[in-house]
Amino acid sequence: MNKTVNQKAWLFVLPVFILVAFNAIIPLMTVVNYSVQETFGDNTFFWSGVLWFTEVLQSERFHDSLVRQMIFTFSILAIEVPLGVAIALTMPRKGPWVPVCLVLMALPLLIPWNVVGAMWNIFALPDIGLLGYGLNALGFDYNFTRQIGDAWFTLILMDVWHWTSLVVLLAYAGLVSIPDAYYQAAKIDGAGAFAIFRYIQLPKMKRVLTIAVLLRFMDSFMVYTEAVVLTGGGPGNSTTLLSIDLVKIALGQFDLGPAAAMSIIYFLIILALSWVFYTLMMRNEES
Amino acid sequence: MARITLDKLRHSYMETPAADADWALKQVDITWDDGGAYALLGPSGCGKTTLLNIISGLLRPSQGRILFDDRDVTAFAPDQRHIAQVFQFPVVYDTMTVYENLAFPLRNRGVDKATTDKRVREVADFIDMTHRLDERAKGLTADGKQKISLGRGLVRTDVNVIMFDEPLTVIDPHLKWELRSKLKELHQRVRLTMIYVTHDQTEALTFADKVVVMNEGEVVQIGTPVDLFERPQHTFVGHFIGSPGMNVLPCTVDNGTVYLGGDAVAVANDAAGAAGGSLEIGIRPEFVRFAESGLPAHVVKVSDAGRHRIVETRCADQTVRMLIAEGVEIPADGVQLAFDRANTRLYADGWMVGGNSVAGGAQ
Repeated sequence: MNKTVNQKAWLFVLPVFILVAFNAIIPLMTVVNYSVQETFGDNTFFWSGVLWFTEVLQSERFHDSLVRQMIFTFSILAIEVPLGVAIALTMPRKGPWVPVCLVLMALPLLIPWNVVGAMWNIFALPDIGLLGYGLNALGFDYNFTRQIGDAWFTLILMDVWHWTSLVVLLAYAGLVSIPDAYYQAAKIDGAGAFAIFRYIQLPKMKRVLTIAVLLRFMDSFMVYTEAVVLTGGGPGNSTTLLSIDLVKIALGQFDLGPAAAMSIIYFLIILALSWVFYTLMMRNEES
Repeated sequence: MARITLDKLRHSYMETPAADADWALKQVDITWDDGGAYALLGPSGCGKTTLLNIISGLLRPSQGRILFDDRDVTAFAPDQRHIAQVFQFPVVYDTMTVYENLAFPLRNRGVDKATTDKRVREVADFIDMTHRLDERAKGLTADGKQKISLGRGLVRTDVNVIMFDEPLTVIDPHLKWELRSKLKELHQRVRLTMIYVTHDQTEALTFADKVVVMNEGEVVQIGTPVDLFERPQHTFVGHFIGSPGMNVLPCTVDNGTVYLGGDAVAVANDAAGAAGGSLEIGIRPEFVRFAESGLPAHVVKVSDAGRHRIVETRCADQTVRMLIAEGVEIPADGVQLAFDRANTRLYADGWMVGGNSVAGGAQ
């Protein structure tokens, strides 16, 4: 059968194309556009090739914020994932306490990000905040606005408080989907608590935990609002994460070219690491 | 290996059971002989699974004791009782291979490597899994997984009883028969006590030497398949077993004679002692035939069931079903029915008059 060629069919794709163009392609291309040009103001641009990319990749400033970002992300992953699983394991699977626990767990997730930042900022103030005042009263020399270690401690504690719930809820969803027969069979087979966790609960939670790790990785790598409200990147630049640094360059210094190049590198890092995570965790799924 | 005695077991899922209906198990006394093949048969919600979970130790009974031989194991956890159980939905450990699955119960008990290996290979041979030992258990079909669940029970040498909780529910129909005969064969080889829970009478009657019929939390009869068919102790047994089930016809007794409508009916048991609220005649469709003179009736419906036909008649304002062999002519009008006396029984409040109730234990 001969297919009739009808170019009018393209018209049907047009609305989607326009939509995607406006919400994704054009903004992204603008950034790409800035990243390869130099400007001296007055809205005149000159071609600069990969200059900004090499500059960003070689700059110590970028390296430092990337390292800080990595430390932050892997610290919170190392705390939130095991902690979330542990909390999910202790939550009741049946009974009147289930909704109570679920609501309590969901509460931190419902609070707007800048409010979380402001809350923790006040909470941690050494002179009036409960946490800051309390720690000092207990004899710790705690001041998150002046001491780097304290700033990091508060930043990570805030993220753990804010986001562990997400891991808990996902892990819990995985746990409650395990039929009772598995636990009964394990009891009869003489399996201990660790064997039950290792051979029943963990394998059944694997998929949701993959999602949890990916979500927490991506979100923490892009964290901005809470961190900037809490520490503003300080003291000094000690808590200036990638996103905070990017905003400083793009909007503070108005260096459009380097900021655009940094955005693209930033985006590619997240994409690449997400892919690595996903591949590693799903490696055994096919067989 | 052990004889299992259930002594005055009662169980309720409520904190403070008051009414009769609050008890999932009203009272159960059964003795399961060592090495027997038993079926626990009854409709959904009759307490079969509750009873099974009590024997395995997954559930603690509200009252009563469980004895393995003469040892009271009521307070023992499942792994201390040395039992095995196969569940309705196959349980395999996804991340393990078939071999590791079978070895799991032994490894948990600290059995040494060489013994474990020997047992696993023996059991794999039993369940036809030798060629798949290195495969991931996750990839097996439902019947393969069910074999693994069974294998995990067989691999231990200390098992007192293997229990099956409707194990063929998720198996394809054409494999059901195969697995069932495999189980039967296995029982003859290993001579372990097996208790098979099901609501399917064919499964129960083909697997078991002794069938325990349950209804509404009590045991109504324990007997061989033939007992259940020929001598139902309770109208429930008569009705639940057989296809179609026994005819249960309300009747009256006067001076030791049983009357259905206005006509006297001869029954096998002694009607003189009959007392109780509701009196009924029980007769299986197999034992009703057309006669020259008998109970007047008329034919309502004839349905063909292959080798025989099921004839539905009205007799004394009640429905009486009968089985008529292929080729026997069915009279057109004004038929008379005769009940085979040896298989006609009088029941008072559901129980056979003069019967020996549940027949004691499951000897």
